[in-house]
Amino acid sequence: MLWYALRRLILAVPLLLGITFVSFVVIHLAPGDPVDYQAGGELSGEAGAEAKQRLRKEFGLDQPLHVQYWRWLVRIVRLDFGRSFAPDGRPVLDKIGERLPITLALNVVELAIILLIAIPVGVLSATRQYSRFDKVTTVFVFVGFATPDFWLALLLMILFGVQLGWLPISGLRDINWEYLPAWRQHWDFVSHLIMPIVVATFGGLAGFSRYMRQSMLEVIRQDYVQSARAKGLAERVVIGKHALRNALLPIVTILGLSLPGLIGGSVIVEWTFAIPGMGQLMVQSVFMRDYPVIMGNLVIVATLTLVANLVADLSYGLVDPRIRLAGRRGRR
Amino acid sequence: MPAGRLALLLIAVLLAGCGSEVGGAVDETPRRAAGAPVFGDTLVEASIGDIGGLIPNITSDSASHEIGSHVYSGLVTRDKDLNIVPEIAESWEFSRDCLNLTFRLKPNVKWHDGTPFTADDVVFTYRAMLHPKTPTAYREDFKAVATIEAVDPRTVKITYERPYAKALQSWGTWMLPRHLLERHVEEGRLREAPQNRVAPVGTGPYRFKEWRTGEKVVLTANRDFYDPGPYISRIVYRVIPSQATIFLELKSKGVDTATLTALQFKRQTEYPAFRKAYQKFRYPSNGYTYLGFNLKDPRFADKRVRQAFAHAVDKRQIIEGVRLGLAREATGPYKPGTWVHNPNVRTYAYDPEKARQLLAEAGWKERNAEGILVKDGQPFSFTLMTNQGNDERKKVAEIVQASLREIGVDVEIKVMEWASFIKEWVKKRRFEAIVLGWGIGLDPDQYEIWHSSKTGPDQLNHISYANPEIDELLEQGRRSCHQEERKKHYDRIQEILAEEQPIVFLYFPDALPAVARRVHGIVESPNGLRHNFTEWYVPSDLQRYTSG
Repeated sequence: MLWYALRRLILAVPLLLGITFVSFVVIHLAPGDPVDYQAGGELSGEAGAEAKQRLRKEFGLDQPLHVQYWRWLVRIVRLDFGRSFAPDGRPVLDKIGERLPITLALNVVELAIILLIAIPVGVLSATRQYSRFDKVTTVFVFVGFATPDFWLALLLMILFGVQLGWLPISGLRDINWEYLPAWRQHWDFVSHLIMPIVVATFGGLAGFSRYMRQSMLEVIRQDYVQSARAKGLAERVVIGKHALRNALLPIVTILGLSLPGLIGGSVIVEWTFAIPGMGQLMVQSVFMRDYPVIMGNLVIVATLTLVANLVADLSYGLVDPRIRLAGRRGRR
Repeated sequence: MPAGRLALLLIAVLLAGCGSEVGGAVDETPRRAAGAPVFGDTLVEASIGDIGGLIPNITSDSASHEIGSHVYSGLVTRDKDLNIVPEIAESWEFSRDCLNLTFRLKPNVKWHDGTPFTADDVVFTYRAMLHPKTPTAYREDFKAVATIEAVDPRTVKITYERPYAKALQSWGTWMLPRHLLERHVEEGRLREAPQNRVAPVGTGPYRFKEWRTGEKVVLTANRDFYDPGPYISRIVYRVIPSQATIFLELKSKGVDTATLTALQFKRQTEYPAFRKAYQKFRYPSNGYTYLGFNLKDPRFADKRVRQAFAHAVDKRQIIEGVRLGLAREATGPYKPGTWVHNPNVRTYAYDPEKARQLLAEAGWKERNAEGILVKDGQPFSFTLMTNQGNDERKKVAEIVQASLREIGVDVEIKVMEWASFIKEWVKKRRFEAIVLGWGIGLDPDQYEIWHSSKTGPDQLNHISYANPEIDELLEQGRRSCHQEERKKHYDRIQEILAEEQPIVFLYFPDALPAVARRVHGIVESPNGLRHNFTEWYVPSDLQRYTSG
């Protein structure tokens, strides 16, 4: 197992290189460059052509593509992510660093809620297959999946924000947050996040709950479940202990694969609710062709994806003794 | 959750969109305020984008310019009628030959850190703007300056080699503090200066308080401001990227002011609770929408064809349909109501018969089986392009398409993503006709757009217009600093453009801001609402926020 992990880690390096190179090239394929966006936009006559040339030189955009990539790579290896091309010219890590916590927090809470709801729903749907519960929850999760996020967001804003006035409509905090007493500060923060989390969760329920349901359905058809029942074990133990453990395996894999997604905010939710997270930052950077920020984010996500993949595979081996033992038997 | 209750909740949410508005938090009773302005209250604004930095000279996004204009000020500014009036300068003398400009500064101007403002700061700002390492897009105006000298702490003497029309206006730019930024400018590190990140120092009516990136910018009133006011003690800019969200925040009083779309203005803000809480304004904005032709195309090179199109398109219909009536017809590239606008130019009434006549004169007489005009065996058919993301322009294109079909011209509409549209089609002159818009500055000089020398790939005369008389007039317009003289040239330019119709000028959309009714002192004008922001106030009994 250790060998396997080590080998995967070593292979990850050329993989990462390839990912970053291909992404670098693709990003630069998009028409337009950051200078055009900065100097007042392409149709503004105000910026002189020489001002643009100067900026291009400063950003290194006048060099051929592979030279630019090489320069970027040399810096990244030293963990120097460079400075943003945006007019504020701040270090990329600063910009990502101030947005990451909120996105991460939102996504982790959202994932936790999804799992908390989806797993029981999936299990119950499977054990009561085709019952009214099963049918209603199926419709419910698919409605959630099909509903456009921004539409649901706006509806919730109108109901809870404008008409009832129960929740704040957008942003992370009240404008006078600094002057609120501590406990009000906490509640203010939470109340701002309720609607975004609801919107994001509603759409994410479908995936996990269906996987859970499907996986559970397969498991309870297995012989060992029948023998457990035959042994006289309570249904609760049969399902909750024996069947569930095996049915959770695919969920573990998917969970591993969703880890990289945790740092990519949902752009639509962040956009509509004015939450300064990673999603907004990335979309803005793409529109502005802010290459250092885009590439910085890419490196983080790519690294996380490779690590998460590895962790998922390894944990699958840990959780499922069949895989662990099969490997060992193979080497004899 | 039981299915029944769940279903009810779903229905409630779905029906939320159809309900009538009850009104959000506090409902103020509008009262006519008598008496003098009073200090206090907070104005909450919404901004679509976060600011790029706190020194507006080196940024180009509108958010940082708007906030910058509160924190910094220039030597001059514009009043409600767009005349140039004193700001930091108390008075000035501009020689008759437009070559010598001397400013006399007000005596009590101070930087926000208490240091007095002097003529040295003016000279420094000039040098900073021209410094090769300063990343600014706005130095062109200063290149015309020949010499500049701080004669004494309150007098600045500037000379020009040649008369430059925008000379006086250019000194309205934001003044920068020499004692804080000199070193940063010399090192070319203005962007990294703390004054750009966390602690800007200006001379404007508002001091900087806080910038939470991505969330908000807070400004507080400068009690040592050199002019009366400001009275609103705090401004908070909330960063809200989505227009729809801004509108909802407006409805629930989470923001005090926002610009409305035509639909929101006309149909969605007429209910009693909104009218009680907000006042709506309407004035022509600084931009117009037009139908442009590639004049290198032989069909469009013929003036009669363009004039025919101008007659075939019903501008009133476009304004009613696209802007719900909230726009002014454009007869040329200048806003009605401004000094430069010439009302005595040729206009093109909606007259399809006249259009057909003109086309016939241009050789388009016969029609094919589908009713499309044909000349030398070629049907009159072309592609009309516009950019994605602008619903109005798409609608304009559709109306143009229908109107031209009436007179026998076949139009195909193509909508493209902005960056590719500009880079691949407009800049490479590969288009036949376009629906686009021009933003116009406060100075009437439009050399970059109409001069025949500006037809290069990165330049703005993308319709390839070339008229020697216009060229001459544009040059003369730039070379004088006297309004009456310049007006003669620009009047003639408008006459020629109206006659030639290199583009069909369509409309100037109205800007449609709404402001909380508790704010008094607002004066609507061709220069918008913000020209007298330092005179806005909220009477004490209507104040909503205590200042922090």
